[in-house]
This record gives sequence, C-alpha cells and structure tokens, in this order.
Amino acid sequence: MSEPAATLLQVDHLTMRFGGITAISDLSFAAKRGDITAIIGPNGAGKTTVFNCLTGFYQPTVGRLELTHETGKRFLLERMPDFRIARDAHVVRTFQNIRLFAGMSVLENLVVAQHIALTRASGYAVAGLLHLPVYRKAERRAVEKARYWLDRMGLTASADQPAGSLPYGSQRRLEIARAMCAGPVLLCLDEPAAGLNTRETNELSDLLRDIRREHGLSILLIEHDMALVMEISDHVVVLDHGACICHGPPAKVRADPAVISAYLGTPEDEAIALTRGRS
Amino acid sequence: MAAADRQRPPFVAMLRDSALAAVVAALLAVPLLGVRLVDNASGLTLDRRLPLVLYAAAAVFAGRLLLSLAGRYLAPSLRGMTASLPGMPRNSLVIFGWVLVAAALLLPWMPFAERNLIDKLTLILIYVMLGWGLNIVVGLAGLLDLGYVAFYAIGAYAYALLSMHFGLSFWICLPLAGLIAAMFGIALGFPVLRLRGDYLAIVTLGFGEIIRVVLLNWQAVTNGPNGITGIERPTLFGLSFSRAADGPTFAGFFGIEYAPAQRVYFLYYLILALAMLTTLFAQRIRRLPTGRAWEALREDEIACRSLGMNPVTVKLSAFAIGASFAGLAGSFFATRQGFISPESFSFIESATILAIVVLGGMGSQIGIVLAAVLLVGLPEWFRDLAEYRMLVFGGAMVLIMLWRPQGLLSRREPTVLLDPKPASAEATVP
Repeated sequence: MSEPAATLLQVDHLTMRFGGITAISDLSFAAKRGDITAIIGPNGAGKTTVFNCLTGFYQPTVGRLELTHETGKRFLLERMPDFRIARDAHVVRTFQNIRLFAGMSVLENLVVAQHIALTRASGYAVAGLLHLPVYRKAERRAVEKARYWLDRMGLTASADQPAGSLPYGSQRRLEIARAMCAGPVLLCLDEPAAGLNTRETNELSDLLRDIRREHGLSILLIEHDMALVMEISDHVVVLDHGACICHGPPAKVRADPAVISAYLGTPEDEAIALTRGRS
Repeated sequence: MAAADRQRPPFVAMLRDSALAAVVAALLAVPLLGVRLVDNASGLTLDRRLPLVLYAAAAVFAGRLLLSLAGRYLAPSLRGMTASLPGMPRNSLVIFGWVLVAAALLLPWMPFAERNLIDKLTLILIYVMLGWGLNIVVGLAGLLDLGYVAFYAIGAYAYALLSMHFGLSFWICLPLAGLIAAMFGIALGFPVLRLRGDYLAIVTLGFGEIIRVVLLNWQAVTNGPNGITGIERPTLFGLSFSRAADGPTFAGFFGIEYAPAQRVYFLYYLILALAMLTTLFAQRIRRLPTGRAWEALREDEIACRSLGMNPVTVKLSAFAIGASFAGLAGSFFATRQGFISPESFSFIESATILAIVVLGGMGSQIGIVLAAVLLVGLPEWFRDLAEYRMLVFGGAMVLIMLWRPQGLLSRREPTVLLDPKPASAEATVP
C-alpha cells in the first residue's frame, strides 16, 4: 500500500444468502485503481451475485464494500440504493443479458445515459421547457460525447436506428458505450464477450485496454472466455461455490491447483484454456 | 378438417364456413329473437317469430362470407396501403398537424359552423386533451393507468368547490385544479411504485373507483349523487358571457348583440388553447431528459437504475404531469357544463380515453386526434342510430385493431438526431 487511494474497491467479508442458500460466503478482495480485475469461476459460482451486490441490486447479508474515489471520497456501497451507486459513486455496469432501451434510437440510449448531467443542465426541465441556451448547449455537449463513443464503437452509421434492431455484437458494444457515457469510475462488465465470435472478442480486448488507458478507468470483469481474461486482466479473483479459492496475477492463478480442480468437471475447453492460457 | 379444406377450392371452404356460422347464429337466435312473451287478455302467450331467426342466420351467413372474401382478396391491397403509411415523409405529418390546427382555428368562422357542431367539437377536444395527457403516462412512461378519469373528476370538483366556497374565478382555479390533480397523481404513484403492467392496471382501476365512490358518498362536501349545480361560467378578462351580469358582459363591452352561441365559441377556443398547451408541452418534454427518462423506464427499468436514474422520481413525475392535464381538462369540463356529478366520471370514461390512446398509436399526437374523432365524434353524430351506435362503435374498433394493431399512426421519431437536418430539427409534430 503505497498511497491510501491506490485501492479503488475493497470488498470485505461479503456474504449473500437467499433463504437457506449461501450464494457468496465471506468473500474478500481488492481492486486497484486503473486495473482490470477479472472475476472468474464455474457456472453458479456467484460471480453475477457479486456484481449485483456491488451495484446495489442486492443488499448483501453481511459485508462491507468500500469504494474510494481519487479525491479520497469514500462510499460504502452496501448502504446505498442502486441508482445512487451509479449516480454518486459512479459504479456503472453492463448486463449478462443485454439490457438496452430497445425501442429508442442508438443515440438516445447514449444520451439517456447522461441523464443526471442533462437534468441538472435543464434546470430540472424548466430551462429545457423554455428552450434556454444553457440547456441547448448542454444537450449539444451530450450529443458530442455520444458521437465520440459511437465513433469508438463503430456505430455511427446506425446512430438514429432503434437499438433493438442492431446485430448482437453491436448491441454489446452499445451497452459498453452507454455505460461509458454515464461517466464511470469503475466499469463492471458482466460477460461482455458472451456470444461474440473470435474476431469480435479480440476487438473487445483491444477496446477495453484502450479505454482503460485513455479514460483512467478501472474495470471489473466477469468473463468465461479464459483467453480474454488471461490476456487483459491485471488481477484475477477465482470464485467457486461463493468463496474465493485463489486470487492474484493471471500467471499465478493459471498454475494454482485449486483453480484447476475447480474447473475440472466443467466444460473441458475452459479448463484447457485455463491451464494453457494464450499469452 | 383443415387439411381437407385446403384440398377444396377456397370458395367452397368459405361457403361451408359461412353455413356453419349461420347454423350457430340460428341456434342462438331461437331463444334470443325467436320467441317473445306477449301480455294478452288471456294471460301471457308466446309469440313465435321465425322470420327474425332466419334473417339473423342469413345476415350472419352473408357477413361471414363477405369477411372471408375480404380477407382473401382485399387484405393484400389493404396491407399494401398500410405499408405505404410509415414510408410517408416525416414532414408531411408535421404539415398535416399544422393544417389541422389551422382548420380548428378557422372552423367557427366557416358558414357551415353552427352551434351544435362547435359543441360537439368542444367535446372531442376535451377527449383529445385527455388522450394527450394520458399518453404521457401510458405511451411514454409505459404505466398502464385505468383510473385516469379520477384525475379528471378531481379537476372538475376542485374547480366547482373552490369556486363555490371561496368565490375564486375560473382562471385562478384552472392552475390550482391542475396542481391538486398532480398531487393526487403523486399520491396514487407512491403505492404503485413497485407495480407494473396488469397489477398496476388493477390498482389504478381501483383508485378510479375509490374517487368516484367518495364523490358519490361524501354528501357533506360533494352533494353526493345530486352533484354540484350552478358552477360559475368562465369569463374573458372579466367579461361574462351571460345576457346580464353583475359585471361587464362580453356583448355589452364590444357593443354587439347578445347571443348564447358566443359562450359556445369561447369555450371552443378555450379548450383548443388548453389542448394545444398539452400537446406542445408533451412534444417538448419528450425531448428533454425527463421525457427520455420516461421512455427509458418503459423500455427497461433495471437499466435505468444502473445508469443512476431514480425510478421513484421518474414515475412520480409521469403520474403527476399526466394527472395535471386531466385536472385542467376536468375544470374546463365543470365550467362548460355548469353542473357535475359522479355519473360523468365512471370507468367507461377511463376506458374511452385509454382506447383513444391505444387506437391512435401510442405516442402519436395526431393519431390521438383521429382516434378521438372516431371514438367520441362518431357516436355523437350517429345518435340517431340509438342503441346500434355502440355496435357500430365496437365493430369499428375491432376492425381498426385488426387492420393496424399498432394503432392508427404509431411511428416513433427519435427525440434527438446525430446530424439533424436544419429543416426538420426544429419542427415539432403538434
């Protein structure tokens, strides 16, 4: 620990029970600022539950989730409702099964993501209703920000189409773009490569590395594609049956016997990918 | 059976189908039409009316056959017609909207405009306004509200009671009625925050009934089923539209002869202005973060929360703003009628307004105008048909929903374009 703000997210003794079922038991890990931290584990290990606790969709049974901004401001996520975690703590997530505003245009999806800033600029709709310049300027800025992310994701041509009409891979990218438009400090990606082909997965890994570097972002990643995880993560947390069985840099995790045994009996290619890796 | 039908020429299958329908109709008609109790001197006797049964069967046979033929030969061309609708340039709808507005403004000056017509148009405009208000809640925010008429009633009673007890004028009560209705909208919003879809519909339905039953039974305040009479009529900057009044009268001030129609025309322009206010407001707020948040909430509430939107404020603002327009319409209704009673605010009103929104095409402002003309105007004009008008009304609705299940006009325009063309960017569809 060189400086106090090096740790972005500190998860301590996180436990989540649903009735008699313990989805996560006594999980502790830390994510450093600027890192890509991956959470991996077999199906049903509790990865998405961790995300749901972090983003306030679940209230953890026990545990402390502390997020520290660069400014030194601290947030105890377990005490905040979901929308405040996104609004104030700037933890923004994507979803395993894509959740876009399907009937709205691609651009609108990105502008809605800037709701908080725009609402303030529109003077809680008063300045907007009167069509004052202050709101028009703010809206133009929001559109420009959206344009930047459309260009980044290669979606500019379909900006005015309904988001639901995009092909699957583009929808995944749009969801990431939308999360980025919300201005995250910590971006939580829930299986961003699910359903993508190899080429798209490679593009995704480049993209994530680039936006992390350019936007001083930290990423928390749930992913089943081990090649992707091993390639881009700085730190890997392995979950099995709701408990952390190993954590560390990818090389260490890959060689860990507990990890290998957890993955045996799960799909073969994943276990192989885990032992051999790609990089 | 279906496989066998496919082998036969289609016309034979249609005939068979129609014959079957005719038999069913005949069987049903025997008890319904075929016999009647007649009170004779000798007591009750049965009057057998076989011809009526045959007529019914024949009508069903012909109708069923026509429907099959239409489905086979007419449907493709109809589909072609509908397909061409969404292809219409966006500007043509804008122009159509302004033409409608201009027509509405000029209509009272036309030679054929008589008092009766203006009166009916005023009624239609009330429903247009209610449709536009409900569209904010149902069309934009996706909150199915079956008790919308409650806010209409609250607006009407708010004006009637404020004017009766405090002597406040219509123009002061109008915004107050809107505010009071908005407060009730929030009050309804709180308990239903977690509900969606059918559950929300049931609770709002209950809310609508609660308000009606309270109005009916709270004798001391609302005068129960007898309603409130002698509600003050609106004035134009203090000029009353009566023959003689305490203050200056409209006719007296302008030195023209008094005519009862003057008030009718005034009310027409008043509701036109209120309706335009509603639609302009709705058009603009749709393009603001508030409106986009409503639409986003309709699309996916969880995604909204993950982006930092507070679903409570988003929902409550939709309920409050939707309700306030019903409140304005309600106080207009009270001042127009001069008399209100709980009878005017029954569930069928909510259903009609909702039907206008759905039929018009969720979110389409012009579609709602067309639907209001169809659903409110036609039954008014066909009053001569007496009880058959409800039959025609129902039939028309079924046909429209078959023809355009998404509503008359239902194309959604994005609220913001990446590279707006200067011409169409500023234009709004009224």
